[in-house]
Amino acid sequence: MATLHLNNIVKDFGGTQVIKGVDLEVKDREFVVFVGPSGCGKSTLMRMIAGLESTTSGEIAIDGERVNEVGPADRGLAMVFQSYALYPHMSVEDNMGFSLRLAKVPKAERREKVLAAARILQLEPLLDRKPKALSGGQRQRVAIGRAIVRNPSIFLFDEPLSNLDAALRVQMRIELAQLHEELDATMIYVTHDQIEAMTMADKIVVLQDGVVEQIGSPMELYHHPRNRFVAGFIGSPKMNFLEVEVRGADAEGVEVALPGGDCRVPVAGDGVSAGDVVTLGIRPEHLALDEQGPLTGQIQVIERLGGVTSLYLEHGDSEWILVADGDVAHRVRDHVRFTFDPARAHLFTADGLALAHLERHPLVDIDRKENRASSASGGQR
Amino acid sequence: MNPTTTKKLLLTLLAWGIAVIVFFPIFWMVVTGFKTEVQAIAPPTLIFDPTLAGYNTVIERADYLKFALNSIVIAFGSTLLALLVAIPAAYSMAFLPTKRTRGTLLWMLSTKMLPPVGVLMPIYLLSRDLGLLDTRTGLIIIYMLMNLPIVVWMLYTFFKDVPKDILEAGRMDGARTFQEVVYLLLPLTLPGIASTGLLAVILSWNEAFWSLNLTTSDAAPLTTFIASFSSPEGLFWAKLSAASTLAIAPILIFGWMTQKQMVRGLTFGAVK
Ligand SMILES: Nc1ncnc2c1ncn2[C@@H]1O[C@H](COP(=O)(O)OP(=O)(O)OP(=O)(O)O)[C@@H](O)[C@H]1O
Ligand SMILES: [Mg+2]
Repeated sequence: MATLHLNNIVKDFGGTQVIKGVDLEVKDREFVVFVGPSGCGKSTLMRMIAGLESTTSGEIAIDGERVNEVGPADRGLAMVFQSYALYPHMSVEDNMGFSLRLAKVPKAERREKVLAAARILQLEPLLDRKPKALSGGQRQRVAIGRAIVRNPSIFLFDEPLSNLDAALRVQMRIELAQLHEELDATMIYVTHDQIEAMTMADKIVVLQDGVVEQIGSPMELYHHPRNRFVAGFIGSPKMNFLEVEVRGADAEGVEVALPGGDCRVPVAGDGVSAGDVVTLGIRPEHLALDEQGPLTGQIQVIERLGGVTSLYLEHGDSEWILVADGDVAHRVRDHVRFTFDPARAHLFTADGLALAHLERHPLVDIDRKENRASSASGGQR
Repeated sequence: MNPTTTKKLLLTLLAWGIAVIVFFPIFWMVVTGFKTEVQAIAPPTLIFDPTLAGYNTVIERADYLKFALNSIVIAFGSTLLALLVAIPAAYSMAFLPTKRTRGTLLWMLSTKMLPPVGVLMPIYLLSRDLGLLDTRTGLIIIYMLMNLPIVVWMLYTFFKDVPKDILEAGRMDGARTFQEVVYLLLPLTLPGIASTGLLAVILSWNEAFWSLNLTTSDAAPLTTFIASFSSPEGLFWAKLSAASTLAIAPILIFGWMTQKQMVRGLTFGAVK
């Protein structure tokens, strides 16, 4: 049982504000992911929650109690560091049991708890080893095991998988998601990796320059980005942007001018009027090749991945990325025409804010757990 | 012979040459200790009947064991005290630095540039008024102060090498500062602390200026023991050599036994 509230928190490092007033509510058992470009303050924010970094102003509350003045040792949180930060002079067992030793838990009970955690993480055969005799993935597991043994109210993970190779990352990602269900714990997770964020999060917090750009479920961020930054940051490859002129706005949507004819995007047009310049945003996977399409471009690069094909197109000084299903017969330098479904396009005003879609996407509020068979059956048992 | 082999050979010869030059006085001192007084002032020779007469006289004349015990207590006592003071100091400098930390470190080191004789008067008067003249406590405190800059500086560099993450992980695990130091920092930097301690022991052991000026008999260490043979009996080379050999033997043996510890680095497979 653990909730976390951040109330307008600010971090100032000797004159430079790094966190500029963040509000956040984390519910019990929620899996919250912080994403954002390098240097945006993700680690700093997490370290402030952990208590490793002081809070310049604002309030941090765990389970409704202000903890600003509580040291890291007493907040009841566990943190997994990107560098693992294992104690090099202790065996795996002692590493995992260190918090219990400090809490003066009797030896037998300590061993029992360490063994239980080791079983979950398949670390039993390694308990007597020193960290330097472990592989990267094993060290990562020990670091997670050390956190589990503490039985914390909230787990904090700062890019825990970034030192692992791709295959191990996928495996650990799935294991972490399962762990979240098994432990029924609140987790906060920092990552650079889009896929980690999209697949694990109940709620994603997008940060830029110490400011929260948007908080929402993965599908909400994907389908209803609040502004141009979030639209460009979430999704890979990146969303295409094109400056267009508004022809008119009414209850049905906003009409914009495209090279091959006008097009109506079903978004609320309050505040825009004919003649304004707005930015049209379309995700690469929402573009499709079409002989009659309103847009054209010359192919610069083709990436054939088998399942999908990415085309990098150029037209005048605008560039497009188009992801087509399956194979594409075109060659580099071919001129192609393409189209898109206006319902899936986005419009951004000159100051970067998105115009709200008239209809919400049906999957936006889907619970992450519904995506997993195991938890559904687990719930019935 | 190709140029690199020649270079290597020359370097090896040079190294040996320097080693011999450095070691020769010590060697000659040890050898002279086994001579009679007559042989000692005769033209130098390596061929003679070794005798223990010099050593016997020296040990009979002065209470060698008392001096040795004083040296041990003072050297180790001052080192222990210096470590106790320096560990918290180096901790705060390494992990909680402020704008003035570097300046403080440099200033501390700069005190070592002052000639000790410059503060002889104040220290002597202070010791006298505090009743610390010719006491082990007095010398322990003086040596602790004398070595503190070096000890803090060395510990600081060792502590700085400890990844911050490890200590933070300990804090997240519930460690207070004291537990963090005892369970994590000290074990991790043990080789460094050991070599720092050994250096402090050696420096204290060989210190002569303060021991000669502040002790007479009760607390006099081995450096005073040597000196007591040099002034009245300046011409009795064999006995002086024997006394010197006896004075440096313990620390030489100690240094030889711990040289592995002194050299051992700080390499751990800590953070990836
Ligand atoms: N101790 C510090 N003193 C001064 N500035 C700091 C300190 N720690 C971090 N910063 C600055 O705060 C900003 C945010 O850093 P932070 O480590 O939180 O970024 P991040 O989002 O975790 O980045 P990355 O994704 O690269 O890990 C950076 O500009 C960094 O330079
Ligand atoms: Mg970071």
